[in-house]
Amino acid sequence: MLQENTALIPDMIKQIPLVNYVLLASILFVIGIVGVLIRRNALIIFMSIELMLNAVNLLLVAFSAYNSDPNGQVFVFFIMAVAAAEVAVGLAIIVMIYRNIRSIDIGLLNKLRG
Amino acid sequence: MYPILFLSFSGLITLFLGFFQEGKWVKPATILFLAIASISAFIDWNKPGAYFFNMLQVNNFNLLLSLVILITAILIVAISDNFKEIEYAHSAEYYAIMQFSLVGAIMMTNFQSLIMLFLGVEILSVSMYVLTGTDKRNLRGNEAAIKYFLLGAFATGILLFGIAMIYGGVGAFEIDAISGTLASNQAQSLFLYIGLVMLLIGLLFKLAAAPFHFWTPDVYEGAPTIFTLFMATIVKTAVVFALYRILHQSFQNMHLSWSYILAGCIALSLIIGNLSAVKQISFKRMLAFSSISHAGFLLLGLLHVSKTADKSLLFYSVSYLLASTSAFGVLLALKNERTENGRSNENISVFKGLATRSPFLSAVLIISMLSLAGIPLTGGFWSKFYVLTDAANDQFFYLIVLALLLTAVGVYYYFKPIITVFEKSDIQEAITINPIFKIIFVLTTLGTLVLGLFPDLLYGMI
Repeated sequence: MLQENTALIPDMIKQIPLVNYVLLASILFVIGIVGVLIRRNALIIFMSIELMLNAVNLLLVAFSAYNSDPNGQVFVFFIMAVAAAEVAVGLAIIVMIYRNIRSIDIGLLNKLRG
Repeated sequence: MYPILFLSFSGLITLFLGFFQEGKWVKPATILFLAIASISAFIDWNKPGAYFFNMLQVNNFNLLLSLVILITAILIVAISDNFKEIEYAHSAEYYAIMQFSLVGAIMMTNFQSLIMLFLGVEILSVSMYVLTGTDKRNLRGNEAAIKYFLLGAFATGILLFGIAMIYGGVGAFEIDAISGTLASNQAQSLFLYIGLVMLLIGLLFKLAAAPFHFWTPDVYEGAPTIFTLFMATIVKTAVVFALYRILHQSFQNMHLSWSYILAGCIALSLIIGNLSAVKQISFKRMLAFSSISHAGFLLLGLLHVSKTADKSLLFYSVSYLLASTSAFGVLLALKNERTENGRSNENISVFKGLATRSPFLSAVLIISMLSLAGIPLTGGFWSKFYVLTDAANDQFFYLIVLALLLTAVGVYYYFKPIITVFEKSDIQEAITINPIFKIIFVLTTLGTLVLGLFPDLLYGMI
Protein backbone atom coordinates (compact mmCIF):
# COMPACT_ATOMS: atom_id res chain seq x y z
CA MET A 1 0.00 0.00 0.00
CA LEU A 2 0.94 3.62 -0.33
CA GLN A 3 3.48 5.40 1.84
CA GLU A 4 4.27 2.38 3.97
CA ASN A 5 8.03 2.67 3.68
CA THR A 6 8.42 6.43 3.51
CA ALA A 7 12.07 6.09 4.50
CA LEU A 8 12.93 5.03 0.96
CA ILE A 9 11.36 8.08 -0.66
CA PRO A 10 13.81 10.95 -1.24
CA ASP A 11 13.09 14.14 0.76
CA MET A 12 12.80 16.18 -2.42
CA ILE A 13 9.70 14.24 -3.45
CA LYS A 14 8.12 14.17 0.01
CA GLN A 15 7.86 17.98 0.11
CA ILE A 16 4.84 17.82 -2.22
CA PRO A 17 2.09 15.46 -1.00
CA LEU A 18 0.91 12.72 -3.35
CA VAL A 19 -2.64 14.03 -3.43
CA ASN A 20 -1.46 17.12 -5.36
CA TYR A 21 -0.15 14.95 -8.18
CA VAL A 22 -3.35 12.90 -8.23
CA LEU A 23 -5.43 16.08 -8.41
CA LEU A 24 -3.29 17.58 -11.19
CA ALA A 25 -3.46 14.37 -13.22
CA SER A 26 -7.21 14.09 -12.71
CA ILE A 27 -7.75 17.69 -13.80
CA LEU A 28 -5.66 17.16 -16.95
CA PHE A 29 -7.59 13.95 -17.62
CA VAL A 30 -10.95 15.70 -17.28
CA ILE A 31 -9.78 18.52 -19.60
CA GLY A 32 -8.98 15.80 -22.13
CA ILE A 33 -12.41 14.17 -21.74
CA VAL A 34 -14.21 17.50 -22.13
CA GLY A 35 -12.13 18.24 -25.23
CA VAL A 36 -13.13 14.91 -26.82
CA LEU A 37 -16.78 15.51 -26.05
CA ILE A 38 -17.22 19.12 -27.20
CA ARG A 39 -14.75 19.74 -30.06
CA ARG A 40 -15.69 18.85 -33.64
CA ASN A 41 -12.30 18.98 -35.35
CA ALA A 42 -10.79 15.49 -35.60
CA LEU A 43 -7.26 16.79 -34.91
CA ILE A 44 -8.29 18.64 -31.74
CA ILE A 45 -10.13 15.52 -30.49
CA PHE A 46 -6.97 13.61 -31.21
CA MET A 47 -4.89 16.10 -29.17
CA SER A 48 -7.34 15.78 -26.28
CA ILE A 49 -6.91 12.00 -26.29
CA GLU A 50 -3.13 12.48 -26.13
CA LEU A 51 -3.66 14.80 -23.16
CA MET A 52 -5.61 12.03 -21.42
CA LEU A 53 -2.78 9.56 -22.01
CA ASN A 54 -0.20 12.01 -20.68
CA ALA A 55 -2.29 12.63 -17.57
CA VAL A 56 -2.13 8.88 -16.97
CA ASN A 57 1.64 8.95 -17.45
CA LEU A 58 1.97 11.67 -14.81
CA LEU A 59 -0.20 9.70 -12.41
CA LEU A 60 1.83 6.52 -12.93
CA VAL A 61 5.14 8.32 -12.37
CA ALA A 62 3.82 9.93 -9.18
CA PHE A 63 2.55 6.62 -7.78
CA SER A 64 5.78 4.95 -8.80
CA ALA A 65 7.92 7.53 -6.96
CA TYR A 66 5.82 7.38 -3.79
CA ASN A 67 5.79 3.56 -3.82
CA SER A 68 9.54 3.32 -4.50
CA ASP A 69 8.59 0.79 -7.17
CA PRO A 70 10.02 1.09 -10.72
CA ASN A 71 7.22 -0.87 -12.44
CA GLY A 72 5.06 2.21 -12.89
CA GLN A 73 7.84 4.07 -14.71
CA VAL A 74 8.42 1.11 -17.01
CA PHE A 75 4.72 1.13 -17.86
CA VAL A 76 5.05 4.80 -18.88
CA PHE A 77 7.49 3.76 -21.61
CA PHE A 78 5.00 1.18 -22.86
CA ILE A 79 2.27 3.84 -22.97
CA MET A 80 4.51 6.26 -24.89
CA ALA A 81 5.40 3.60 -27.47
CA VAL A 82 1.80 2.51 -27.94
CA ALA A 83 0.61 6.14 -28.13
CA ALA A 84 3.13 6.74 -30.93
CA ALA A 85 1.75 3.74 -32.85
CA GLU A 86 -1.76 5.01 -32.31
CA VAL A 87 -0.80 8.47 -33.60
CA ALA A 88 0.61 6.91 -36.77
CA VAL A 89 -2.60 5.02 -37.48
CA GLY A 90 -4.86 7.87 -36.40
CA LEU A 91 -3.18 10.52 -38.55
CA ALA A 92 -3.28 8.12 -41.51
CA ILE A 93 -7.05 7.74 -41.06
CA ILE A 94 -7.48 11.52 -40.79
CA VAL A 95 -5.40 12.10 -43.97
CA MET A 96 -7.45 9.45 -45.79
CA ILE A 97 -10.66 11.27 -44.88
CA TYR A 98 -9.24 14.67 -45.80
CA ARG A 99 -8.37 13.36 -49.28
CA ASN A 100 -11.96 12.23 -49.81
CA ILE A 101 -14.04 15.06 -48.38
CA ARG A 102 -11.50 17.95 -48.04
CA SER A 103 -12.45 18.49 -44.40
CA ILE A 104 -11.78 16.92 -41.00
CA ASP A 105 -14.95 18.15 -39.30
CA ILE A 106 -16.52 15.04 -37.77
CA GLY A 107 -19.97 16.64 -38.10
CA LEU A 108 -19.78 15.99 -41.87
CA LEU A 109 -19.56 12.25 -41.30
CA ASN A 110 -23.18 11.20 -41.19
CA LYS A 111 -23.53 8.58 -43.91
CA LEU A 112 -24.20 5.75 -41.48
CA ARG A 113 -27.64 5.92 -39.92
CA GLY A 114 -30.00 3.22 -38.83
CA MET B 1 3.03 -18.37 -25.35
CA TYR B 2 4.55 -19.94 -28.50
CA PRO B 3 1.65 -18.82 -30.76
CA ILE B 4 2.49 -15.21 -29.80
CA LEU B 5 6.13 -15.54 -30.83
CA PHE B 6 5.31 -17.51 -33.95
CA LEU B 7 2.58 -15.17 -35.22
CA SER B 8 4.79 -12.08 -34.70
CA PHE B 9 7.33 -13.55 -37.14
CA SER B 10 4.90 -15.18 -39.56
CA GLY B 11 3.10 -11.84 -39.94
CA LEU B 12 6.35 -10.29 -41.18
CA ILE B 13 6.93 -13.21 -43.58
CA THR B 14 3.39 -12.78 -44.92
CA LEU B 15 4.15 -9.16 -45.79
CA PHE B 16 7.09 -10.27 -47.99
CA LEU B 17 5.09 -13.11 -49.58
CA GLY B 18 2.91 -10.40 -51.13
CA PHE B 19 5.76 -9.62 -53.56
CA PHE B 20 5.94 -13.11 -55.11
CA GLN B 21 3.69 -14.16 -58.01
CA GLU B 22 1.14 -11.41 -57.37
CA GLY B 23 0.60 -12.66 -53.84
CA LYS B 24 -1.23 -15.83 -54.73
CA TRP B 25 0.57 -17.73 -51.96
CA VAL B 26 -0.46 -15.30 -49.23
CA LYS B 27 -3.79 -16.85 -48.30
CA PRO B 28 -2.66 -20.51 -48.21
CA ALA B 29 0.47 -19.44 -46.31
CA THR B 30 -1.62 -17.54 -43.74
CA ILE B 31 -3.81 -20.61 -43.13
CA LEU B 32 -0.66 -22.72 -42.79
CA PHE B 33 0.89 -20.23 -40.34
CA LEU B 34 -2.27 -20.15 -38.22
CA ALA B 35 -2.41 -23.96 -38.20
CA ILE B 36 1.24 -24.16 -37.10
CA ALA B 37 0.53 -21.55 -34.40
CA SER B 38 -2.40 -23.65 -33.14
CA ILE B 39 -0.21 -26.73 -32.96
CA SER B 40 2.59 -24.80 -31.24
CA ALA B 41 0.15 -23.94 -28.45
CA PHE B 42 0.34 -27.60 -27.40
CA ILE B 43 4.03 -27.28 -26.46
CA ASP B 44 2.84 -25.83 -23.14
CA TRP B 45 0.00 -28.35 -22.66
CA ASN B 46 -0.08 -29.70 -19.08
CA LYS B 47 2.89 -27.46 -18.22
CA PRO B 48 1.30 -24.50 -16.40
CA GLY B 49 3.73 -21.67 -15.77
CA ALA B 50 4.57 -18.01 -16.24
CA TYR B 51 6.54 -16.31 -19.01
CA PHE B 52 8.16 -12.90 -19.62
CA PHE B 53 8.99 -12.03 -15.99
CA ASN B 54 5.65 -13.33 -14.70
CA MET B 55 3.67 -11.10 -17.06
CA LEU B 56 1.99 -13.90 -19.00
CA GLN B 57 0.40 -16.97 -17.47
CA VAL B 58 -0.07 -20.27 -19.25
CA ASN B 59 -2.39 -23.07 -18.20
CA ASN B 60 -4.58 -25.56 -20.03
CA PHE B 61 -7.70 -23.39 -20.01
CA ASN B 62 -5.79 -20.39 -21.42
CA LEU B 63 -4.32 -22.61 -24.12
CA LEU B 64 -7.81 -23.80 -25.03
CA LEU B 65 -8.87 -20.15 -25.39
CA SER B 66 -5.90 -19.42 -27.68
CA LEU B 67 -6.89 -22.46 -29.73
CA VAL B 68 -10.50 -21.28 -30.07
CA ILE B 69 -9.28 -17.86 -31.23
CA LEU B 70 -6.77 -19.32 -33.72
CA ILE B 71 -9.25 -21.81 -35.19
CA THR B 72 -11.84 -19.08 -35.64
CA ALA B 73 -9.17 -17.04 -37.39
CA ILE B 74 -8.49 -19.95 -39.76
CA LEU B 75 -12.21 -20.10 -40.63
CA ILE B 76 -12.31 -16.34 -41.25
CA VAL B 77 -9.16 -16.33 -43.40
CA ALA B 78 -10.54 -19.25 -45.41
CA ILE B 79 -13.70 -17.35 -46.37
CA SER B 80 -11.89 -14.03 -46.95
CA ASP B 81 -11.71 -14.63 -50.75
CA ASN B 82 -8.79 -12.21 -51.31
CA PHE B 83 -10.87 -9.13 -50.36
CA LYS B 84 -12.59 -8.71 -53.70
CA GLU B 85 -15.08 -6.26 -52.18
CA ILE B 86 -12.28 -3.72 -51.48
CA GLU B 87 -10.99 -1.40 -54.21
CA TYR B 88 -7.20 -1.52 -54.72
CA ALA B 89 -6.85 -4.27 -52.10
CA HIS B 90 -3.39 -5.09 -50.72
CA SER B 91 -4.27 -8.53 -49.41
CA ALA B 92 -0.81 -9.40 -48.02
CA GLU B 93 -1.02 -6.43 -45.64
CA TYR B 94 -4.47 -7.35 -44.40
CA TYR B 95 -3.48 -10.97 -43.73
CA ALA B 96 -0.35 -9.78 -41.91
CA ILE B 97 -2.33 -7.31 -39.78
CA MET B 98 -4.85 -10.05 -38.96
CA GLN B 99 -1.99 -12.21 -37.65
CA PHE B 100 -0.61 -9.35 -35.58
CA SER B 101 -4.03 -8.66 -34.12
CA LEU B 102 -4.27 -12.31 -33.04
CA VAL B 103 -1.10 -11.75 -30.99
CA GLY B 104 -3.03 -9.07 -29.09
CA ALA B 105 -6.08 -11.31 -28.67
CA ILE B 106 -4.00 -14.15 -27.23
CA MET B 107 -2.17 -11.75 -24.91
CA MET B 108 -5.53 -10.52 -23.60
CA THR B 109 -6.62 -14.03 -22.64
CA ASN B 110 -3.29 -15.06 -21.05
CA PHE B 111 -2.21 -11.92 -19.22
CA GLN B 112 -0.96 -11.95 -15.66
CA SER B 113 0.17 -8.32 -15.42
CA LEU B 114 -2.10 -5.40 -16.32
CA ILE B 115 0.73 -4.12 -18.57
CA MET B 116 0.14 -7.12 -20.82
CA LEU B 117 -3.61 -6.50 -20.75
CA PHE B 118 -3.04 -2.94 -21.98
CA LEU B 119 -0.61 -4.06 -24.70
CA GLY B 120 -3.00 -6.80 -25.83
CA VAL B 121 -5.97 -4.44 -26.01
CA GLU B 122 -3.92 -1.92 -27.99
CA ILE B 123 -2.38 -4.42 -30.43
CA LEU B 124 -5.85 -5.77 -31.16
CA SER B 125 -7.54 -2.35 -31.38
CA VAL B 126 -4.92 -0.57 -33.50
CA SER B 127 -5.01 -3.47 -35.97
CA MET B 128 -8.79 -3.26 -36.08
CA TYR B 129 -8.69 0.53 -36.75
CA VAL B 130 -6.52 -0.15 -39.80
CA LEU B 131 -8.66 -3.05 -41.04
CA THR B 132 -11.90 -1.06 -40.62
CA GLY B 133 -10.56 1.67 -42.90
CA THR B 134 -9.12 -0.59 -45.62
CA ASP B 135 -11.64 0.49 -48.25
CA LYS B 136 -9.99 3.88 -48.69
CA ARG B 137 -12.27 5.37 -51.36
CA ASN B 138 -15.49 4.35 -49.61
CA LEU B 139 -16.89 7.23 -47.54
CA ARG B 140 -18.83 4.86 -45.32
CA GLY B 141 -15.69 2.88 -44.56
CA ASN B 142 -13.85 6.15 -43.78
CA GLU B 143 -16.56 7.23 -41.41
CA ALA B 144 -16.57 3.87 -39.64
CA ALA B 145 -12.77 4.00 -39.29
CA ILE B 146 -12.62 7.49 -37.76
CA LYS B 147 -15.53 6.78 -35.39
CA TYR B 148 -13.97 3.52 -34.27
CA PHE B 149 -10.55 5.13 -33.91
CA LEU B 150 -11.59 8.24 -31.95
CA LEU B 151 -13.95 6.40 -29.60
CA GLY B 152 -11.57 3.44 -29.24
CA ALA B 153 -8.63 5.68 -28.32
CA PHE B 154 -10.90 7.54 -25.87
CA ALA B 155 -11.83 4.22 -24.21
CA THR B 156 -8.16 3.26 -24.07
CA GLY B 157 -7.45 6.47 -22.16
CA ILE B 158 -10.13 5.61 -19.60
CA LEU B 159 -8.83 2.03 -19.33
CA LEU B 160 -5.32 3.34 -18.68
CA PHE B 161 -6.51 5.76 -16.01
CA GLY B 162 -8.17 2.79 -14.33
CA ILE B 163 -4.97 0.74 -14.45
CA ALA B 164 -2.98 3.68 -13.00
CA MET B 165 -5.50 4.06 -10.15
CA ILE B 166 -5.35 0.33 -9.37
CA TYR B 167 -1.56 0.63 -9.32
CA GLY B 168 -1.95 3.46 -6.82
CA GLY B 169 -4.15 1.33 -4.59
CA VAL B 170 -2.17 -1.91 -4.75
CA GLY B 171 1.38 -0.94 -5.71
CA ALA B 172 1.70 -3.68 -8.33
CA PHE B 173 0.31 -4.62 -11.73
CA GLU B 174 0.05 -8.42 -11.23
CA ILE B 175 -3.49 -9.72 -10.81
CA ASP B 176 -2.27 -12.15 -8.12
CA ALA B 177 -0.99 -9.17 -6.12
CA ILE B 178 -4.37 -7.44 -6.50
CA SER B 179 -6.33 -10.43 -5.22
CA GLY B 180 -3.77 -10.87 -2.40
CA THR B 181 -4.19 -7.23 -1.29
CA LEU B 182 -7.96 -7.51 -1.47
CA ALA B 183 -7.97 -10.72 0.57
CA SER B 184 -5.72 -9.33 3.36
CA ASN B 185 -7.20 -5.82 3.77
CA GLN B 186 -10.79 -5.32 4.82
CA ALA B 187 -10.86 -1.57 4.13
CA GLN B 188 -10.07 -0.92 0.46
CA SER B 189 -8.63 2.36 -0.69
CA LEU B 190 -10.69 4.72 -2.82
CA PHE B 191 -8.11 4.36 -5.62
CA LEU B 192 -9.08 0.72 -6.10
CA TYR B 193 -12.77 1.52 -6.48
CA ILE B 194 -12.16 4.33 -9.01
CA GLY B 195 -9.63 2.14 -10.82
CA LEU B 196 -11.95 -0.85 -11.09
CA VAL B 197 -14.85 1.22 -12.40
CA MET B 198 -12.71 2.92 -15.07
CA LEU B 199 -11.05 -0.35 -16.10
CA LEU B 200 -14.52 -1.87 -16.47
CA ILE B 201 -15.72 1.06 -18.58
CA GLY B 202 -12.73 0.69 -20.91
CA LEU B 203 -13.25 -3.04 -21.41
CA LEU B 204 -17.05 -2.87 -21.67
CA PHE B 205 -16.54 -0.32 -24.43
CA LYS B 206 -14.39 -2.78 -26.38
CA LEU B 207 -16.99 -5.51 -25.74
CA ALA B 208 -19.73 -3.22 -27.17
CA ALA B 209 -21.97 -3.53 -24.11
CA ALA B 210 -24.57 -0.80 -23.57
CA PRO B 211 -24.32 2.05 -22.51
CA PHE B 212 -20.91 2.04 -24.27
CA HIS B 213 -22.23 0.66 -27.57
CA PHE B 214 -22.73 3.83 -29.69
CA TRP B 215 -19.96 3.00 -32.13
CA THR B 216 -21.03 -0.60 -32.76
CA PRO B 217 -23.81 -0.33 -35.40
CA ASP B 218 -21.96 2.32 -37.45
CA VAL B 219 -18.61 0.51 -37.39
CA TYR B 220 -20.13 -2.90 -38.11
CA GLU B 221 -22.04 -1.49 -41.07
CA GLY B 222 -19.22 0.61 -42.52
CA ALA B 223 -16.37 -1.90 -42.23
CA PRO B 224 -15.80 -4.53 -44.96
CA THR B 225 -17.92 -7.58 -44.06
CA ILE B 226 -14.96 -9.88 -43.46
CA PHE B 227 -13.53 -7.51 -40.83
CA THR B 228 -16.96 -7.04 -39.26
CA LEU B 229 -16.94 -10.80 -38.76
CA PHE B 230 -13.46 -10.55 -37.24
CA MET B 231 -14.65 -7.82 -34.86
CA ALA B 232 -17.83 -9.66 -33.85
CA THR B 233 -16.06 -12.92 -33.07
CA ILE B 234 -12.41 -12.61 -32.09
CA VAL B 235 -12.46 -9.20 -30.41
CA LYS B 236 -15.54 -10.12 -28.39
CA THR B 237 -14.10 -13.46 -27.22
CA ALA B 238 -10.76 -11.92 -26.23
CA VAL B 239 -12.39 -9.07 -24.27
CA VAL B 240 -14.86 -11.27 -22.43
CA PHE B 241 -12.09 -13.54 -21.17
CA ALA B 242 -9.97 -10.53 -20.19
CA LEU B 243 -12.97 -9.40 -18.12
CA TYR B 244 -13.24 -12.92 -16.70
CA ARG B 245 -9.63 -12.83 -15.52
CA ILE B 246 -10.03 -9.40 -13.97
CA LEU B 247 -13.39 -9.87 -12.26
CA HIS B 248 -13.21 -13.54 -11.26
CA GLN B 249 -9.50 -14.01 -10.64
CA SER B 250 -8.38 -10.72 -9.14
CA PHE B 251 -11.38 -8.68 -7.95
CA GLN B 252 -13.51 -11.59 -6.72
CA ASN B 253 -13.48 -10.13 -3.19
CA MET B 254 -15.09 -6.93 -4.45
CA HIS B 255 -17.94 -8.87 -6.03
CA LEU B 256 -20.54 -6.74 -4.24
CA SER B 257 -19.17 -3.54 -5.81
CA TRP B 258 -18.88 -4.68 -9.42
CA SER B 259 -21.90 -6.96 -9.68
CA TYR B 260 -24.27 -3.97 -9.56
CA ILE B 261 -22.39 -2.19 -12.36
CA LEU B 262 -22.51 -5.37 -14.45
CA ALA B 263 -26.22 -5.90 -13.70
CA GLY B 264 -27.01 -2.41 -15.00
CA CYS B 265 -24.95 -2.95 -18.16
CA ILE B 266 -26.59 -6.35 -18.77
CA ALA B 267 -30.11 -4.96 -18.45
CA LEU B 268 -29.30 -2.03 -20.79
CA SER B 269 -27.48 -4.23 -23.36
CA LEU B 270 -30.35 -6.71 -23.52
CA ILE B 271 -33.02 -4.03 -23.85
CA ILE B 272 -31.19 -1.73 -26.31
CA GLY B 273 -29.70 -4.57 -28.37
CA ASN B 274 -32.89 -6.54 -28.85
CA LEU B 275 -35.33 -3.67 -29.26
CA SER B 276 -33.15 -1.71 -31.73
CA ALA B 277 -32.47 -4.79 -33.85
CA VAL B 278 -36.19 -5.18 -34.57
CA LYS B 279 -36.46 -2.20 -36.91
CA GLN B 280 -33.21 -2.64 -38.87
CA ILE B 281 -33.26 -3.11 -42.65
CA SER B 282 -29.53 -3.74 -43.08
CA PHE B 283 -28.47 -7.29 -42.20
CA LYS B 284 -25.09 -6.15 -40.89
CA ARG B 285 -26.70 -3.53 -38.69
CA MET B 286 -29.14 -6.09 -37.36
CA LEU B 287 -26.25 -8.41 -36.48
CA ALA B 288 -24.50 -5.45 -34.80
CA PHE B 289 -27.45 -4.91 -32.47
CA SER B 290 -27.70 -8.65 -31.98
CA SER B 291 -24.03 -8.64 -30.96
CA ILE B 292 -24.86 -6.00 -28.33
CA SER B 293 -27.51 -8.30 -26.88
CA HIS B 294 -25.07 -11.23 -27.01
CA ALA B 295 -22.59 -9.06 -25.09
CA GLY B 296 -25.32 -8.76 -22.45
CA PHE B 297 -25.64 -12.55 -22.29
CA LEU B 298 -21.86 -13.00 -22.03
CA LEU B 299 -21.80 -10.52 -19.13
CA LEU B 300 -24.64 -12.48 -17.52
CA GLY B 301 -22.25 -15.43 -17.36
CA LEU B 302 -19.73 -13.21 -15.54
CA LEU B 303 -22.22 -11.88 -13.01
CA HIS B 304 -21.84 -14.62 -10.42
CA VAL B 305 -18.42 -15.88 -9.29
CA SER B 306 -18.86 -19.64 -9.66
CA LYS B 307 -16.74 -22.63 -10.61
CA THR B 308 -18.62 -23.23 -13.85
CA ALA B 309 -18.46 -19.63 -15.14
CA ASP B 310 -15.42 -20.29 -17.36
CA LYS B 311 -17.03 -23.37 -18.92
CA SER B 312 -20.31 -21.61 -19.71
CA LEU B 313 -18.51 -18.58 -21.16
CA LEU B 314 -16.33 -20.75 -23.39
CA PHE B 315 -19.37 -22.71 -24.56
CA TYR B 316 -21.25 -19.48 -25.28
CA SER B 317 -18.29 -18.02 -27.18
CA VAL B 318 -17.80 -21.13 -29.32
CA SER B 319 -21.45 -21.43 -30.30
CA TYR B 320 -21.62 -17.67 -31.02
CA LEU B 321 -18.43 -17.85 -33.12
CA LEU B 322 -19.82 -20.70 -35.21
CA ALA B 323 -23.22 -19.08 -35.77
CA SER B 324 -21.76 -15.65 -36.62
CA THR B 325 -19.25 -17.13 -39.04
CA SER B 326 -22.10 -18.85 -40.93
CA ALA B 327 -24.32 -15.75 -40.92
CA PHE B 328 -21.66 -13.32 -42.15
CA GLY B 329 -20.30 -15.99 -44.49
CA VAL B 330 -23.63 -16.30 -46.31
CA LEU B 331 -23.66 -12.52 -46.74
CA LEU B 332 -20.10 -12.72 -48.16
CA ALA B 333 -21.12 -15.49 -50.56
CA LEU B 334 -23.88 -13.21 -51.89
CA LYS B 335 -21.70 -10.12 -52.28
CA ASN B 336 -22.12 -10.01 -56.06
CA GLU B 337 -25.71 -8.87 -55.58
CA ARG B 338 -25.93 -5.11 -56.06
CA THR B 339 -28.44 -2.43 -55.17
CA GLU B 340 -29.56 0.29 -57.64
CA ASN B 341 -26.69 2.63 -56.72
CA GLY B 342 -24.06 -0.05 -57.37
CA ARG B 343 -23.11 -0.80 -53.79
CA SER B 344 -23.08 -4.35 -52.42
CA ASN B 345 -26.58 -5.19 -51.25
CA GLU B 346 -26.33 -5.77 -47.50
CA ASN B 347 -30.02 -5.46 -46.67
CA ILE B 348 -32.06 -8.38 -45.40
CA SER B 349 -33.86 -8.35 -48.78
CA VAL B 350 -30.71 -9.80 -50.40
CA PHE B 351 -31.84 -13.24 -49.17
CA LYS B 352 -35.07 -13.05 -51.20
CA GLY B 353 -35.68 -16.30 -53.09
CA LEU B 354 -32.54 -17.92 -51.69
CA ALA B 355 -34.49 -21.14 -50.99
CA THR B 356 -34.89 -21.82 -54.73
CA ARG B 357 -31.58 -20.29 -55.87
CA SER B 358 -29.37 -22.16 -53.41
CA PRO B 359 -30.97 -24.54 -50.88
CA PHE B 360 -27.54 -25.17 -49.32
CA LEU B 361 -26.91 -21.50 -48.46
CA SER B 362 -30.44 -21.06 -47.14
CA ALA B 363 -30.03 -24.07 -44.83
CA VAL B 364 -26.77 -22.60 -43.49
CA LEU B 365 -28.42 -19.22 -42.92
CA ILE B 366 -31.50 -20.70 -41.23
CA ILE B 367 -29.48 -22.85 -38.83
CA SER B 368 -27.21 -19.95 -37.88
CA MET B 369 -30.21 -17.66 -37.25
CA LEU B 370 -31.90 -20.36 -35.12
CA SER B 371 -28.70 -20.76 -33.13
CA LEU B 372 -28.36 -16.99 -32.56
CA ALA B 373 -31.99 -16.87 -31.43
CA GLY B 374 -31.43 -19.76 -29.01
CA ILE B 375 -33.86 -22.33 -30.43
CA PRO B 376 -33.35 -25.90 -29.08
CA LEU B 377 -31.30 -28.45 -31.03
CA THR B 378 -28.72 -25.74 -31.83
CA GLY B 379 -25.66 -24.67 -29.83
CA GLY B 380 -27.27 -21.31 -29.09
CA PHE B 381 -29.94 -22.91 -26.91
CA TRP B 382 -27.47 -24.67 -24.61
CA SER B 383 -25.17 -21.66 -24.40
CA LYS B 384 -28.05 -19.49 -23.16
CA PHE B 385 -29.14 -22.33 -20.84
CA TYR B 386 -25.72 -22.64 -19.19
CA VAL B 387 -25.23 -18.87 -18.83
CA LEU B 388 -28.68 -18.39 -17.29
CA THR B 389 -28.17 -21.35 -14.92
CA ASP B 390 -24.92 -19.76 -13.72
CA ALA B 391 -26.55 -16.39 -13.17
CA ALA B 392 -29.59 -17.81 -11.39
CA ASN B 393 -29.53 -16.72 -7.76
CA ASP B 394 -31.87 -14.68 -5.62
CA GLN B 395 -30.03 -11.39 -5.93
CA PHE B 396 -30.46 -10.78 -9.65
CA PHE B 397 -33.53 -12.86 -10.40
CA TYR B 398 -35.19 -10.04 -12.34
CA LEU B 399 -32.31 -10.10 -14.86
CA ILE B 400 -33.11 -13.71 -15.79
CA VAL B 401 -36.77 -12.84 -16.32
CA LEU B 402 -35.72 -9.85 -18.46
CA ALA B 403 -33.31 -11.99 -20.49
CA LEU B 404 -35.99 -14.59 -21.20
CA LEU B 405 -38.55 -11.96 -22.22
CA LEU B 406 -36.09 -10.28 -24.59
CA THR B 407 -35.07 -13.62 -26.10
CA ALA B 408 -38.68 -13.81 -27.27
CA VAL B 409 -38.22 -10.40 -28.94
CA GLY B 410 -35.03 -11.80 -30.50
CA VAL B 411 -36.94 -14.63 -32.13
CA TYR B 412 -38.97 -12.02 -34.03
CA TYR B 413 -36.03 -10.32 -35.73
CA TYR B 414 -33.97 -13.46 -36.26
CA PHE B 415 -36.93 -14.94 -38.14
CA LYS B 416 -37.10 -11.99 -40.56
CA PRO B 417 -34.17 -13.28 -42.71
CA ILE B 418 -35.61 -16.80 -42.52
CA ILE B 419 -38.98 -15.63 -43.86
CA THR B 420 -37.23 -13.60 -46.57
CA VAL B 421 -35.44 -16.74 -47.74
CA PHE B 422 -38.76 -18.33 -48.72
CA GLU B 423 -40.17 -15.25 -50.50
CA LYS B 424 -40.44 -15.34 -54.30
CA SER B 425 -37.87 -13.33 -56.24
CA ASP B 426 -37.54 -12.26 -59.89
CA ILE B 427 -33.99 -13.56 -60.14
CA GLN B 428 -33.96 -17.34 -60.58
CA GLU B 429 -30.35 -18.09 -61.57
CA ALA B 430 -28.61 -20.53 -59.26
CA ILE B 431 -25.74 -19.26 -57.10
CA THR B 432 -22.35 -20.90 -57.52
CA ILE B 433 -20.45 -21.29 -54.29
CA ASN B 434 -16.70 -21.48 -53.99
CA PRO B 435 -15.73 -25.02 -52.73
CA ILE B 436 -13.75 -23.50 -49.82
CA PHE B 437 -16.87 -21.64 -48.70
CA LYS B 438 -18.77 -24.93 -48.88
CA ILE B 439 -16.29 -26.71 -46.59
CA ILE B 440 -16.36 -23.87 -44.04
CA PHE B 441 -20.16 -23.71 -44.07
CA VAL B 442 -20.43 -27.47 -43.57
CA LEU B 443 -17.98 -27.25 -40.65
CA THR B 444 -19.70 -24.34 -38.89
CA THR B 445 -23.23 -25.67 -39.44
CA LEU B 446 -22.30 -29.18 -38.30
CA GLY B 447 -20.53 -27.64 -35.30
CA THR B 448 -23.66 -25.69 -34.35
CA LEU B 449 -25.84 -28.82 -34.64
CA VAL B 450 -23.40 -31.08 -32.78
CA LEU B 451 -23.19 -28.54 -29.92
CA GLY B 452 -26.99 -28.49 -29.86
CA LEU B 453 -27.44 -32.27 -29.85
CA PHE B 454 -24.47 -33.27 -27.67
CA PRO B 455 -23.51 -30.22 -25.55
CA ASP B 456 -21.51 -32.43 -23.19
CA LEU B 457 -18.94 -33.06 -25.90
CA LEU B 458 -17.58 -29.54 -25.29
CA TYR B 459 -19.03 -28.64 -21.89
CA GLY B 460 -17.88 -31.87 -20.24
CA MET B 461 -14.43 -31.70 -21.82
CA ILE B 462 -13.35 -28.32 -20.43
